Amino acid sequence: MRVLIPGISGVLGHMVAHRLLAEGHEVIGIDKRPWPDAPPGVEMHHVDIRKRPAEEVFRKRRPHAVIHMATVTHLVARTEERYRINLGGTRAVFEHAVQYGVEHAIFVGRHTYYGAGPDSPLYHHEDDPPMAVTTFPELSDLVAADLYACTSLWRFPNLATSVLRFCYTLGPTGHGTLATFLRGRRVPTILGFDPLYQFMHERDVANAIVLALTSRIRGVYNVAGPQPVPLSLLIRDTGRVQIPLPEVVFANLLGRFGLPRLPKGALAHIKYPVVIDAEPFRKATGFQHEISEIQAIQEYRSAFPVR
Amino acid sequence: MAFLIDREVADRVDRVEIPFNSQGVDPYGISKKYVARSLTMLTFLYKKYFRVSVFGTENVPARGRAMLVGNHSGGVALDGAMVNASMFWEMNPPRLVQGMAEKFINRVPFMGEWANRTGHLTGLPEHAERLLRDNRLLLVFPEGARGTAKLYHERHSLVDFGTGFVRLAMKTQTPIIPFGFVGGGEAIPTIINSYTLGALVGAPYVPITPYIFAIPLPVALELRYGEPLVFEGTGSEDDEVVQGYVERIKSAIAGLIEKGAAHRKGGGQ
Repeated sequence: MRVLIPGISGVLGHMVAHRLLAEGHEVIGIDKRPWPDAPPGVEMHHVDIRKRPAEEVFRKRRPHAVIHMATVTHLVARTEERYRINLGGTRAVFEHAVQYGVEHAIFVGRHTYYGAGPDSPLYHHEDDPPMAVTTFPELSDLVAADLYACTSLWRFPNLATSVLRFCYTLGPTGHGTLATFLRGRRVPTILGFDPLYQFMHERDVANAIVLALTSRIRGVYNVAGPQPVPLSLLIRDTGRVQIPLPEVVFANLLGRFGLPRLPKGALAHIKYPVVIDAEPFRKATGFQHEISEIQAIQEYRSAFPVR
Repeated sequence: MAFLIDREVADRVDRVEIPFNSQGVDPYGISKKYVARSLTMLTFLYKKYFRVSVFGTENVPARGRAMLVGNHSGGVALDGAMVNASMFWEMNPPRLVQGMAEKFINRVPFMGEWANRTGHLTGLPEHAERLLRDNRLLLVFPEGARGTAKLYHERHSLVDFGTGFVRLAMKTQTPIIPFGFVGGGEAIPTIINSYTLGALVGAPYVPITPYIFAIPLPVALELRYGEPLVFEGTGSEDDEVVQGYVERIKSAIAGLIEKGAAHRKGGGQ
């Protein structure tokens, strides 16, 4: 299969590309960021997914499948830029996919779509509403991109679309929102709250994406691996020190004294859990995670020991 | 594990048949450590402070899903706590009771954390259904917060039941084990409920006793489990049908309360 990956220069993009090459697929990458040591099998195009040259890649190379990984979070880009990348980029990917006969499009989304709140149930199903728009407004562009990708399920019946909502990733690359939050020696939490965090090892993430591709599933799927664990356990077992702060203090100290810089909306996500039920994905693809939550924590810890 | 945890309690927690991971946490965030700490405290109340007589535990299945359904007795969650302790001590292997926490609890620092770590998730239908499908032992008070708000003179009565729990039991094919709890009304003799104070602390109400605070008195309590009730159906039956089942459960509980109240006064089994 010829597979096009917008956003290939991210950590997960690299891993998926390697996996696809190993399984004998042809890999084409689109990314503004360079991938200096890309393996010879990968055909790189350093273009912006929203610009004309990207369309040229679709037209000339006619990929069979597209894995859309070119979305960014608030940690990477500021609001306006983020809207352009996440919404404009997603739109371009699906429009080109339809126009140039792509058979299967995979949107790699996030479980934070469901939002965190005191009344929100554990183990979200795919049909739960996207509460993140109110609990964490900085995520609303990602929610919109996710919903936009979902529309292709009815707008383009000939294009098999998979919308995958992944839980957090944690592993030796230190990639992702959760890994970034845990990077420092001290991790602030909100006094009296200890939410569950659900994460999977990045290698399992790459496996799940490849499985979604090869089983050509159509629809919206939550993707998760092992069970969630309380934030306090996660902090302790990664060798960090938990600093519980009263909520008012926490909100005012963000970004100072070596504490992570987080938008105010992130507070709900440090007080309450976002946990998803990934049973339909397991049934549809036969996916099973290889790395337990405890192993993932240990691998992160040895890759990022506390100085 | 040692701080504020009784050795014997910890050993029994190890025998609870729930899939804990290697760190002692289950998929819902229930923590062995918290459960052991909470049961260490409850055990003191269960065995030493109150004299709790328990009858009919043979009616509770040793394994698999079940719904314990009973009356509220006393202005705070004393009844739930004693049901929890009775299932932990009288069942073999011990069973962990999972209640449904009032919604306000999750917003209060520490309270929500404590409730979640000991298995009492927020009272949402999604949680109840999932726990039953996972073969857990669910505790339901169909009287809801109106039940704990009963005053002293109303202590042996039952307020209206909801119907959602019966529909859920039918949908998930769960046996309902009725129970009657007697004595909580004497332990916490509520003369009035202050809804104003409640609003101040974020709770539905605060019970006021003759000695002001709702600190339970060391009285004798009685807990009686009745025979399982199983209702066939899908859970989407008409209200009249479901209401009939609710009445049967309610009269079973009323019978257990009556029996308990009589026995407690010294009138035989």
